[in-house]
Amino acid sequence: MADPVSVVRPERYGQPVEPAAFGIVEKPLSAWERLGNVGALRKLALLVVLALAWEGYARWLGNPLLFPTFSATLAAFAEAVASGDLPGKAWTSIKVLLAGYAAGILCAGTLTVVAISTRIGTDLLELLTSMFNPLPAIALLPLALIWFGLGYGSIVFVIIHSVLWAVALNTHSGFLAVSNTLRMVGRNYGLSGLRYVGAILIPAAFPSILTGLKIGWAFAWRTLIAAELVFGVSSGSGGLGWFIYENKNQLEIPAVFAGLLTVIIIGLVVENVIFRTVEARTVRRWGMQS
Amino acid sequence: MRGVTLQYKTRDHLVTATYRVDFQVFRSDRFILLGPSGCGKSTLLKAVGGYMSPVEGEIRLKGGIVTKPGPDRMMVFQEFDQLLPWKTVTENVVFALVASGRLAGAAAVEKAREAIAKVNLTKFADNLPHTLSGGMKQRVAIARGMAMEPDILLMDEPFAALDALTRRKMQDELLQLWDDTRFTVLFVTHSIPEAVRIGSRILLLSPHPGQVKAELNSLPRDRMESDPGALQALEKKIHSMLFADIVEPEVQHG
Repeated sequence: MADPVSVVRPERYGQPVEPAAFGIVEKPLSAWERLGNVGALRKLALLVVLALAWEGYARWLGNPLLFPTFSATLAAFAEAVASGDLPGKAWTSIKVLLAGYAAGILCAGTLTVVAISTRIGTDLLELLTSMFNPLPAIALLPLALIWFGLGYGSIVFVIIHSVLWAVALNTHSGFLAVSNTLRMVGRNYGLSGLRYVGAILIPAAFPSILTGLKIGWAFAWRTLIAAELVFGVSSGSGGLGWFIYENKNQLEIPAVFAGLLTVIIIGLVVENVIFRTVEARTVRRWGMQS
Repeated sequence: MRGVTLQYKTRDHLVTATYRVDFQVFRSDRFILLGPSGCGKSTLLKAVGGYMSPVEGEIRLKGGIVTKPGPDRMMVFQEFDQLLPWKTVTENVVFALVASGRLAGAAAVEKAREAIAKVNLTKFADNLPHTLSGGMKQRVAIARGMAMEPDILLMDEPFAALDALTRRKMQDELLQLWDDTRFTVLFVTHSIPEAVRIGSRILLLSPHPGQVKAELNSLPRDRMESDPGALQALEKKIHSMLFADIVEPEVQHG
C-alpha cells in the first residue's frame, strides 16, 4: 500500500433511506436461549444440582444419624409441615424477627437522621458503630436475659442490636454519597429538615439503604436462630431454633435438617422475592443500579 | 423598572474566588457572566443561588438580601444528574412545584405539562431520567426552572457538557423560550460565542481572583444575522480583553 498521503478527494454524498423502508430486522432467540435468560430458572437448575449432590453423598455415606439423605429430609419436612408443628414454630420466629427488625430500622433511621443533621451526631454514630458493630449480638444475650427475662423481650433486644448498626452504617454512608448537585436541587426547592431527608436523601441513597436492609435481615435471622437455640433449654415456647434443638435431643436428625431447610427456604424467599421485587421497582427502574 | 436588582460585592475567602465584583441585573435581562476558568463565575452564581454567603458585600434580590437557597432563584446545573432519578420527567417538574409550595395537585401537573411542552418533550413526559439523552435532561431542567417562574433563572454552564451540535440547538431553543416568556436569566459560560449568542448583556471577569473587567452589551439578535462582521468584531474584542493579561507574562518569560 502507498503511503497515506493526504490527497484531495472528491466530496461524496449519501442518500439516507427512510427508516420505514428497511423495516425491522429481528432474529428470534432459540428456546434454550430464552429459558437461559430467566434468572429464576438458572437458579432453580443450580438448586437441583445441589440437591442431587446432597442425595448422592448421603447415600454413599450411608449414615442417616450423621447426614440424612435429601429425600429423608424432605419426608421429615413434609411430616412436620403436615402436623402443623413446623409452620407454627416458623411463624413464632418470624413474628419475633419482624418486631425486632422493624424496631432496629426505626432506631437506625433516627440515629442516621441525627447524624446527618449535626456534626456531634455524626461523631456519635461513628463512635457507637465502631464500638458495637463488632460485638456479636449473641454475646449480649446473657445480659438481656437479666434485663428483660426469658422470652420475647430479650430476643427482640438482641435482634435490634444486630440490625441497628449494619443499617445505620450503610444508610449513613449512602447519605454521604448523595451527589452534591442533587442536594443543591433539593435546597433550591426550599426543602429542609425531615422533608429534605425524606424527599431527597432517602431515595437518592436508596441503593446503600437497601444493602443495609439486606445485611440487617441476614444478621437478624442468624441472631434469632442462635438465641432460640440457647433459650430452648429452659423455655418451651421456642421458634425454629427450638424446633432444631428439640429434634437434635431426640436424635430426629432428618427433622433437624428439615428445620435448617426451613430457615434456608425463608431466606431464599425473602432475598429472591421480596428484596428482588423492591430492587426492581426502585433502584433498577431508576437506573441507579444495573 | 426596578424588577430584579442584584448587587453583588466582594468575596474575600481564604481562597479569594472573586474580589469586589458588582453588577446589576434588570428584569428580562439575559445576563452573562463570562470569563476563563478560575474567575469565580460559578462561585458567583452559587452565591446568588444562596449556597454560600459573601464575606464582604451583599447580594440583593428585589431589595431583600439573599441568605439561603430558595425557589425564587431556580438553578440549572451543568451536571446531567440534577434530575431526581426516581421520578419521571413530569414528576420531576411537578415535585419541584409541590415541594416549594408554589402549586399543588392538578394545577401543578397542568403547569408541568405546559413547561414540558415548551421544551418539546411531551413525548417523553413519562420517561425516567436515565432513559433520556444529556440534551433532553438539560431541557427538563430548564423546563423545571421555568415552570417555577422564579424571579431569576440561574444557569451554570448548562450546555457545557453537550456536544457542539446539540449545544447549538439548545442555545436556539433557549432564545426562543425567552422570546415567549421574557424571563430573567443569569447565565455562566466560558465560551465567547455562546455568550455573544445568548446574552443581552455580558459581564467579563478576569481570573485569580475574579474581578470585573467590563460590562458590554451584546448585539441585537437581528443584527447578528445581517451583520456577521460586527459579530466577529465583538467576539474578537472580548477575546483580546480576556486574554490580554495572559499573553503578556508569557512573552516576558520567553
